[in-house]
Formats: sequence, C-alpha cells, structure tokens
Amino acid sequence: MGLEEKLPSGFVLTTVEQAAGWVRKSSVFPATFGLACCAIEMMTTGAGRYDLARFGMEVFRGSPRQADLMIVAGRVSQKMAPVLRQVYDQMPNPKWVISMGVCASSGGMFNNYAIVQGVDHIVPVDIYLPGCPPRPEMLMDAILKLHQKIQTSKLGVNAEEAAREAEDAALKALPLIEMKGLLR
Amino acid sequence: MSTPHATPRATTEGTVYTVTGGDWDEVVESAVKSDDERIIVNMGPQHPSTHGVLRLILEIDGETVTEARCGIGYLHTGIEKNLEFRNWTQGTTFVTRMDYLTPFFNEAAYCLGVEKLLGIEDQIPDRATVLRVLLMELNRISSHLVCIATGGMELGATTIMIYGFRDRELVLDLFELITGLRMNHAFIRPGGLAQDLPPGAIDQLREFVKTMRKNLPEYDKLATGNPIFKARMQDVGYLDLTGCMALGATGPILRSAGLPHDLRKTDPYCGYENYEFDVPTADTCDAYGRFLVRLEEMRQSLRIVEQCIDRLAPGPVMVADKKIAWPAQLALGPDGLGNSLDHIKKIMGTSMEALIHHFKLVTEGFRVPAGQTYTAVESPKGELGVHVVSDGGTRPYRVHFRDPSFTNLQAMAAMCEGGQVADVIVAVASIDPVMGGVDR
Amino acid sequence: MSESQSHDEKNHNGVPAPREDAGIIGVRKGMFGADNGGDTSGYGGLVRTVTLPGATFRPYGGWFDEVADELEGALEEQDLLPGNAIEKTVVDRGELTFHIAREHLVQVARTLRDDPALRFELCTGVSGVHFLGDKGRELHAVYHLRSLTHGRLIRLEVSVPDSDPHIPSLVEVYPTNDWHEREAYDFFGLVFDGHPALTRIMMPDDWQGFPQRKDYPLGGIAVEYKGAQIPAPDQRRSYS
Repeated sequence: MGLEEKLPSGFVLTTVEQAAGWVRKSSVFPATFGLACCAIEMMTTGAGRYDLARFGMEVFRGSPRQADLMIVAGRVSQKMAPVLRQVYDQMPNPKWVISMGVCASSGGMFNNYAIVQGVDHIVPVDIYLPGCPPRPEMLMDAILKLHQKIQTSKLGVNAEEAAREAEDAALKALPLIEMKGLLR
Repeated sequence: MSTPHATPRATTEGTVYTVTGGDWDEVVESAVKSDDERIIVNMGPQHPSTHGVLRLILEIDGETVTEARCGIGYLHTGIEKNLEFRNWTQGTTFVTRMDYLTPFFNEAAYCLGVEKLLGIEDQIPDRATVLRVLLMELNRISSHLVCIATGGMELGATTIMIYGFRDRELVLDLFELITGLRMNHAFIRPGGLAQDLPPGAIDQLREFVKTMRKNLPEYDKLATGNPIFKARMQDVGYLDLTGCMALGATGPILRSAGLPHDLRKTDPYCGYENYEFDVPTADTCDAYGRFLVRLEEMRQSLRIVEQCIDRLAPGPVMVADKKIAWPAQLALGPDGLGNSLDHIKKIMGTSMEALIHHFKLVTEGFRVPAGQTYTAVESPKGELGVHVVSDGGTRPYRVHFRDPSFTNLQAMAAMCEGGQVADVIVAVASIDPVMGGVDR
Repeated sequence: MSESQSHDEKNHNGVPAPREDAGIIGVRKGMFGADNGGDTSGYGGLVRTVTLPGATFRPYGGWFDEVADELEGALEEQDLLPGNAIEKTVVDRGELTFHIAREHLVQVARTLRDDPALRFELCTGVSGVHFLGDKGRELHAVYHLRSLTHGRLIRLEVSVPDSDPHIPSLVEVYPTNDWHEREAYDFFGLVFDGHPALTRIMMPDDWQGFPQRKDYPLGGIAVEYKGAQIPAPDQRRSYS
C-alpha cells in the first residue's frame, strides 16, 4: 500500500513490480498455523535435515501481524474455522496462503459433519499442496512455486488488469460438471 | 477507556474489557485503572506455545495464575463416526490419524480389539507380533523425541528442538523403509501386518540402534544437568500420586509420581512379558521428572528393539485364515505401492474364484461377531484404550478411543493453578498432549 | 421395600424397559445388507437377527467369581439387594460386564473403588453407544474400571431410553470422568445428573444435535469430479 500502487502503467511499473516481487519473495515470513499431522511435517521442514533456512524462511512468526504467509497445515474443523479467518484477517497485506495436505485442501478422507470441506471456503488459497501428510520436500516445492508466483505478481493498474483477465478466463472456462474427462 | 482494541462492557462484576489483539499498552493501561489486577488471558487456540490447537483460558493476578481452564475441540475430526461407515480393515486408515505422533499404537490397539472380537488372538503369527512390538517401540522413541523437542522449543531452547527432530528423522527413515510412509501408516491390520520387512531392514535397524545409543547421551549433556533447563522444569507442573489416580493420569505423568504402572508389565499384550526391560520412574512429580522418565524410556525401547531383532524368525505376517487376510501381495510399482503383477495376472487370467474372493474381501470385508471389547496398550502418553462394538456386520458399530492425551490434559488446571504464567507452558508441555488424540 | 417399588415402576414410560428380550438389537435382511437399491442376488429372503451376548450364569470362571462375590457381599452390607443393582452379568471374550441399574450406579462405583478386595482405582472414562434397535434402552454408557492393586479390568454398562437419557454422574467418585462425561453428552446427548458443568466439549457451543448418535447423519457431501458424482460415505450403497 503505497506509491507503487499509484504508478501509471508502463515500464516504470513493470520494473518496480520486478523489484518488489524479488524483495517480497526473498523474505517471506510464515505464520505458524499448525493444526494436525501436517504441522509436524511443517516443523520437520523447518528443522535440521530439510532446513527451510536455505530459502530464508525458517523464522515462523507466532503473531499473524508479523507474517505474510499462512501455511494451513492440517484439517480445519467447524470450530476452528472462525479462528482461522480471524488470524487471516489479522495478517497485513500482501499475504498468501498455502493449503497444506488434502484435509486443508478438500476435507480429504474426513468427509463428515466436523471438518470444513476445503479451507478455500474460508480464505483464498494460492497453492494447494496434496499429500497426507505431504513430505517436507513437497512443502518446499510448494513454497518455491509460491516464490515464483510472488515474483511475477502484478501491482497497481497491472494487478487490476490481471484480475480482470483472470475473471474473464474463469467465466469462459468449462464448468466442472460439464467436463467429460477421465471418468467417462 | 475505549479503543478499537479494548472495548469496555459493564457487567455485574464491574467493567470488563474484551481485548482482541492490538496494543498491549492499552491493556496494561486499563488494567492499571481498574481496582484489581485480575486479567483473563485467552491463550490459543492458535498460539506457538500451546502444543497444537489447544486453548488455555487463564485468570491471572499479576504473574500468578489463579484459575486455568482448557478449551478443546478445535481439531475434532469425527473419526469415530467416520469409522462406522467403513469396513473393519479400512478402520486402520482412520485410527492412525488420531494421535498422529503415535500412529502404530492407535493401529495396534484397534487391531487387537478387532482380533479379540474375531477370536483369533492365538492365530496371529509370531513374526507379526514381534514386528508390531518393534514398530511400537520405535514409535515410542519418535513420540518422546517430539515431546522433548517441542517442549524445548516452547521454553525457547531451540537447540533441543533441532536435536530432537534430527533423531526423529532417523526413526522416520526406518518407518518409511518398512511401511512406505513417514506418518499415518495404516500398516498394522486386523490379522497381522500389511507386509513383511523389506530386504535390508534388519541391517538398518541395527545401525539405528547403534546411532541412537550414541545420540541419546547428548540430551543428557544438553539438558539433564543444564541449570537453566532444571530451573525451568523442577517443581513445575506438580501432580502427586493421589492427583494422578483421581484424574486418571497415566503414562510418564503417573510414573513421575513414583508408581511403576506400565500396561506392558501389568497387563501384557503382544507378548511383552517375554521381553526384558525396566519401567523407569521418578519421585519428583514434576516436569523435570517426566523429562527424565521419557529419556530413560527411550533407552528401554532401544533394548526392546534389539530383542525384537534377535527374536525375528522367518514366517508369515498375516493370519492363515483367507477370509480375513487380504490376498494382495504388494509390490513397489512405478507409481507407488500396489498389487504385485503376478497376483494380478493370476486373478485376472487363471483363477476366477481368486478374483471373486479378492473382490468380495476388498469391497465387502469380513464380518465380526457381535459383542464388545476393551483393549488397552501403553502408548507413550499413557493408557490408550479402545472400546470396539460390533453388531455382526462388516463395519464397526462403534469405536471409542480412550486417548491418554485427552484424560491427562484434565490435569492441566491442577498443575498450573497457583503457579506462574510462564510455568503453564512447561506444565502443558510436560503433559505432552497431542490435539489430534485429544479431539479425535 | 423401596427397591421393589422401583422395580415395578420399570414398565412406566421413560424408564428402562425390562431385560427379558435384551440381546436382540436388530434384524439383517438379504445377503449384503444393502437397503437402498434392488437386491439382484437372489438372497433377498435371508433374515438374520443381530444378538448381543446374553446373560452369563455362575460360575463365571477365573477371578470373575471373586469380584462378583465381593461386589454382591459389599452391596448387601449396604442394605442393597445385588439383584436390584446388577441387572445382568455378561462374560464374553474373557471380559466381565456388569449391567447396572442407573439409580444405583454411583453406589456401585463407590463400592468398587473403596472396597479393599475390589479396589478399582482407575476409571478409563465413559463411552456412549447408541443401539437404535434396543427398544426402551437405546443409549448405553459403558465404563471401564481398572484395578492397579489386583491387575483387573471390568466393565459397567448402564442403559437408558432415548426419551429419558439421564444417568447419575460419576465425577464425585472418579473426577477423571469430568471430560469423558462431557464428551458423551456432546456426542450422544446423555445427561449426567450431578456433573459440575455439563457443557459441550468438542463441538461448538451452539451446535444442534448430538453427532455420534446413529440417527444423526454423517454429514458428508457428495464429491464431484469432472461430471461424476460420488456420494458421501453414508449415502452410498454398501454392505453392512
């Protein structure tokens, strides 16, 4: 939120975009949002063998106000959902969400009364990471992919343009129910 | 005083400020203005030091905790209900995800219950039982390592965490080699095991025992005699034997109060009576005693692992009864573990009966005679009991887990009230609650 | 005197049904137990009753007789007819179960805990079971008691009707049952009278219904993938 959002479209903006993207991706601060089994793998990723410090991300922030990445690691229950949303709301912009594991992504094997069937019902998700739980290498892969996404993210008028394009593409896309694919 | 972060609300007990995040100065200011120093702090459910999604509601007077309550259920997954819609074998896939740090104990307790209902306890092959013990003891080591590691991290001792997770990786390597997965294995099945040991596992196990023998003393060097560590842990989280019995606390908490109660000795299952090991105790009733008990238990587990390796004799790992044992012979394919090509060739090409049998067993499963059992195993956290009820169908009628974390967590209030705020963290860490087990 | 009166009252509404037909909790029809969808197997006429293990009579074997004798003796000393408190004794799969009348549960539990020959110091909590087919006593609360002194384990079972799910709380005898009883209330709607704070523990406070009862749906949603729909586990055609 500042000058960069007000720049006119053009090469100045794209240069600023690249610089801002590079800076942002190089210092991502994850908030600890460990819930279940995936949280243990998330901690493992931060510990010695997998060493998330190599990507400048080993410092997990306890407070959401100091974090810009939420790794939702584990199953989200109906009781936890409002808490999760509040933590997300407390994080400053720009912020990103990795939905770690199948339970966070889609409810997974717990298709029942207690579990939210996908954390994207509550917060926008940038990266869906499958696995039950995903291996630390998979989490690091998701984080690197997110870095790429942050690096190429747009600012100001370009961001509005990108959002419009994404919306158009989504409107034109074939609805899931009309896809006749692998199962038919 | 009214700000966006601290809204006042008049109650019968005076003005109550509800603070949601924001400026701590404002909280302090309003606390100074009010006539008493009582503050109710809501810690969690999302807090880096509460050991998972545990919510602690603390009433503090200055630095002293006058009242402590737990809020749980933030990870309630409905696993017990889900089990009722899957067949008996599929149940292991669910129970392994309850207390995700002790998957083998959940599976073993559940499978022992199902086997008791089926009446096939005596037919479980020796090799399967020995391997179950082996896996459970390895699991005990990894669970205690996480307890010590995260407990250290919550104290701010990050080095202990790095050490703990380093050694836990060694155990997980073994799990991955044997079961194919790092966590959530679903490897122990009603009737035996999913698979036999892979080639080379015995050598790796021996190597692991050697490495752990070398690594375990490092925790002693790092923590046991460390004056800061001792000052934080000693006389904190006090719960004596009377309190343990009343609150139903088992496991390291009970043993740190001096009672050598261990189901492996008092009510042996899986042939534990044939292994040589000691039940370590402490008489300090505090967090430090629990730490020492856990450390010593890891040594004893290593002893049992060694005995298991010596005891392993070639043989089947699944009951002979083809109505229960899955016919699959698993093999590692390009896309992960799956049925072996030979087996598929047989059932698809030459034997229609085998195909029908395979199909029936996998889709329908086996029937378990009506009745109920309670089987308990000594998990790293205490008595893990499973109440299994069958109505004679192919699916469990009701499975209830008496999880030790759930029961032990009740002791939190007794351990924390009257102590300092900072000691709450130590006390909770010494209970070692795993919310997946507490909430299920 | 009052004991016999309460026995007579058992035929009234809202009181546990008499024990005579106990054991049969349901009937299974057909080969596969599927009730949604036609049965093409030709085994549709098969009918099987589902029966839980019935009452066992003496001798029970092993230390079971000793525990039963001691318990009955201790109850008689307290002027309580054992036949009124213990409705049925079942020995099944090497486990001893006492079915206890709910009005005497606390006294029986206290006797089991305090009698030197019994000494069941540790209660491992309560587990609810909902038998829809066990008419008049649908809700069962199952307690497991462990004696560290003697190394024994027994089971107490209390059954109450859906219309009147009240059971006296055991918290005063076994404080550990605090959370366990709250959990059983949360999931089964069993009301434990005398519990210090019987509130929901797992589900959110404003949750409607008791999710682990058999008449409460699993609550899963159908999963859709590329035009194909897979119904939730409880909506599928399946074996039972």
